[in-house]
Amino acid sequence: MLDAFLTALQTVMTGTHLLYLAGGVLLGLAIGIFPGLGGIAGLSLLLPFLYGMEPTTALAMLIGLVAVIPTSDTFTSVLMGIPGSSGSQATVLDGFPMAKRGEAARALSAAFASSLFGGLFGAVVLTGFVLIARPVILAFGSAELFMLTLLGLSMVGVLGGNSLVKGLSACGVGLLLGSIGGAPATGEYRMTFGNFYLMDGIPLVVVGLGIFALPEIIDLLRQNSAISEAAELGRGWVTGIRDLIKNRWLALRCAVIGCVVGALPGLGGSVVDWIAYGHAVQTTKDKDQFGNGDVRGVIAPESSNNAKEGGALIPTLLFGIPGSGSMAVFLGGMVLIGIEPGPSMVTSNLDITYTIVWSLAIANVVGAGACLFLSKWVAKLTTIPYALMAPFMITVICFAAYQATRDLSDLVTLLGIGVLGVLMKRFDWPRPAFLIGFVLASGMETYLYQALQFDGLGFLLKPGVLIIGAITVISIYFAARHASNSGKDDSDTESSTKVKPLRPTNLGPQKLFAGAIFLAFAYGLYDALQQSMLGGVFTGGVCGVMLILSGIVLFKLVTNQVDDAVNFDNEVAAGYQGDQSIASLLHYVYWIAGLIVSCYFVGFLISIAAFFIAFLLVKARASILRTVVLTSSAVVFMATLAHVMVLDLPSGFLQEAVQMPWPLN
Amino acid sequence: MNTIENNKRSAAKLIKSLVASAACITSLTLAAPVHAVDFDGERVEWIVPFKEGGGSDTWARFFAPLISENIPGKPAIVVKNIPGGGSTKGANQFQRNAKNNGLNILGTSGSTQFPYLLGDTRVNYDYKDWTAVLASPTGGVFYVSPELGIKSAAELTSLRGKELKYASQGATSLDLVPLLALDILDIDVQAIFGMKGRGAGRLAFERGEVNVDYQTSSAYLKKVVPLIGEGKVVPIMSWGVLDDDGNLQRDPNFPDLPHFAEVYEMVHGKKPEGTAFKVWKAFFAAGFAAQKGIFLPKGTPQDVIDAWGDAVEKTVQADDFKTRSELVLGDYPQAVKGKAVKAFKAALDISDADREWVRNWLTARYNVKF
Repeated sequence: MLDAFLTALQTVMTGTHLLYLAGGVLLGLAIGIFPGLGGIAGLSLLLPFLYGMEPTTALAMLIGLVAVIPTSDTFTSVLMGIPGSSGSQATVLDGFPMAKRGEAARALSAAFASSLFGGLFGAVVLTGFVLIARPVILAFGSAELFMLTLLGLSMVGVLGGNSLVKGLSACGVGLLLGSIGGAPATGEYRMTFGNFYLMDGIPLVVVGLGIFALPEIIDLLRQNSAISEAAELGRGWVTGIRDLIKNRWLALRCAVIGCVVGALPGLGGSVVDWIAYGHAVQTTKDKDQFGNGDVRGVIAPESSNNAKEGGALIPTLLFGIPGSGSMAVFLGGMVLIGIEPGPSMVTSNLDITYTIVWSLAIANVVGAGACLFLSKWVAKLTTIPYALMAPFMITVICFAAYQATRDLSDLVTLLGIGVLGVLMKRFDWPRPAFLIGFVLASGMETYLYQALQFDGLGFLLKPGVLIIGAITVISIYFAARHASNSGKDDSDTESSTKVKPLRPTNLGPQKLFAGAIFLAFAYGLYDALQQSMLGGVFTGGVCGVMLILSGIVLFKLVTNQVDDAVNFDNEVAAGYQGDQSIASLLHYVYWIAGLIVSCYFVGFLISIAAFFIAFLLVKARASILRTVVLTSSAVVFMATLAHVMVLDLPSGFLQEAVQMPWPLN
Repeated sequence: MNTIENNKRSAAKLIKSLVASAACITSLTLAAPVHAVDFDGERVEWIVPFKEGGGSDTWARFFAPLISENIPGKPAIVVKNIPGGGSTKGANQFQRNAKNNGLNILGTSGSTQFPYLLGDTRVNYDYKDWTAVLASPTGGVFYVSPELGIKSAAELTSLRGKELKYASQGATSLDLVPLLALDILDIDVQAIFGMKGRGAGRLAFERGEVNVDYQTSSAYLKKVVPLIGEGKVVPIMSWGVLDDDGNLQRDPNFPDLPHFAEVYEMVHGKKPEGTAFKVWKAFFAAGFAAQKGIFLPKGTPQDVIDAWGDAVEKTVQADDFKTRSELVLGDYPQAVKGKAVKAFKAALDISDADREWVRNWLTARYNVKF
């Protein structure tokens, strides 16, 4: 083992290796900063160059590329509230509020320092773990994975906001949307209305963008200011690193969580950052700031998600089973280079494994280091007037969503989820709880069904199941304690800092929304009853429970319980209502809807150009010259990007009917 | 030694290019074929209806630069992934939008062939419109857990009545082939669906959650064969390969394993016959014997088809092709041009009655709705 270790170290430390590694990292960063792209688009760019390269050099470049995907998307998560990939969704929760407070530099430096730490620590853990990983991974069967989804679900307890019934209902909406499409047991299509797009299920990236990014954009546009409320950007750069040092044990624990959960094939890396985030909330005493810009809410997911990439290497290398989308690409690249994953990766090819693990660590240092270095300047983006930024961001979001399945329905779904997100934000239905439900829905159902088929009910007595079950119970206990504590806190600190939110007295809008949710569950139950037993039992069960919970919410609203925790309306709490200077909630939804409808007719590029011009002139009141410059630079950029990356931009009826010249085709 | 080899090679390359340019000049001066196909400066889009990083994607990305070298004008060949709808989405788009100028090609897999054979409602493409220029075959090996107590295919009948479990991606996926095979052998197996891929199925087998499994050839060779030595796997049969007359023969990668027709005879005591076997063979052909293929769209001119055919033929006949391709393709002969067309014709030719039979079988056994 020591032999392999030293050989690997020698390989890693050679000049050419480091050079190519850095090349891959830079390419990865440049692409990854754009939401929706990342490693997959990077591979298509890189691949033609891999041919004829020496395998270890090619490998270095490949690793450099893959390693920094969860790093560079942090920029958009923190600065704009746009989660670039599923791994950065939890970062948005606290990172973006920090940016709004003028602490973008601090949030970014804390995030990148955590990424760096997580990546390095992950490599240390992996060096030992890889040797015993095979039996560990084999010990995690469907039953254990099902229990892990339950553990993930228990995080709803701490992320569910002020009202438990509301939090659980929000989670239920996620579970319901997550079960749209083919049933894992039978392949029957559920709640698809005969629509081919829905048959494949709603893509996670689109949901993340719709539920977090669109509502924030709309809110900022209505306030019509820069992202950062502070006039001067705080010099938070050093503070961010200090934050990490202060919370080193949290970062350490989250890195371990990332490494281990990431190594389990099948669960998908998307849930890791939520588990880390939930863990951070559970284990800290003063939780009030979580969700409003607590730096620990940035440190936890970021230190876990780079460690996760390391963990995800394990099943990829040992079993040839990629744990994530980027690992699938990595696997494909490995095969093309001529390295076949398998059991030999821990025996005769152990040196290659170590080369990969340590290259990953160095790539993390280079990548996160470069981002850390850059963050000071990039943070200034948050001071640009929002009306100027918004058309770019809406373009980016639409483009990113379209990359999910490259179908115009992606954009319609984005809008639909966006409206849901706007309403959930308005009525304080916790969006993290919704997203956890969505992420876990299919895994939970699949593994439960498989565990029952493999072992019957006996699966509940497997040792792994009992251990994870115990952890889940402890987690729920912490959550419960948190709930009762924060109740006490309320009464203690009321006089000092906390101001009770204004409670609306007109509950009409809330009633409508809660009623619609209730009806959605009713439809889910109806749909489940149309399926065979195995195809419908999961969604039916979920909807049955959720009908009761959302029914309670609805009942409280209908009976006008104004002082209950379920009652919240941001229009009242934020003082928007009755303020003539603030556009109506749906105003900007119409703008975005107009853009998407236009894509159906004249395609993406023309629509974007029209949108830019209209928006900049009407909303930003920019000069004609400025409008022309911004519009043409955006259009040229999108067209070039699409051409170089071999990506389609959405095309409309116009393109179907008439042969258009590039780039309008 | 290496440098000498390299020098030799570059010398050979130099001569080759000299000859080529000389030939070029001659042809220019003679102005012989006026409309010779030339893709100089063009970009070929190769639609792959699967996700990046998967088997079909890797297959296409392996071939793309090699074919590019051999096609007139050496155009860049870029892979464009259009996943969705079990690969029907990309194929539909190709059927609808592809230009017939040789710059649009499609790479399909068994998962594109199966919905077509089954008459899936999502299929709006027709293989009959396209021209195949390459067919890449593969094989598969069926194996069981030693706990079942059998040593070879001859003892298969003793599995009847035992509780057999198989981890599957879905009844209409490539798993249709093993599931139907076991059904034909009158061996009951409980299929557990929802696996994310054959790799996940193999993991379930290794964990002992299921006790029968199959893998395609390359995965079997690299990841299952090592387990035989550890006493964790008992190989039973291969699916076989099709010879030029369309008959099943032993897979050259697994000469010691009987193929499915042999096993049929061992179990039933007679030559294979009947609708079920005919259907099995059709799906075996579409899923394995001609698993992946390169297609040109409807109405492509013959000279373009020929240019592509020649390029693919040159690619697979190159000296170092075999060593370079082994990891991606396994040790199977790649069918090109007319042979590729024939292979797909055989693979996709299913009578309406047989289609009806398999649809009914899927509905009755696995509750599949069409």
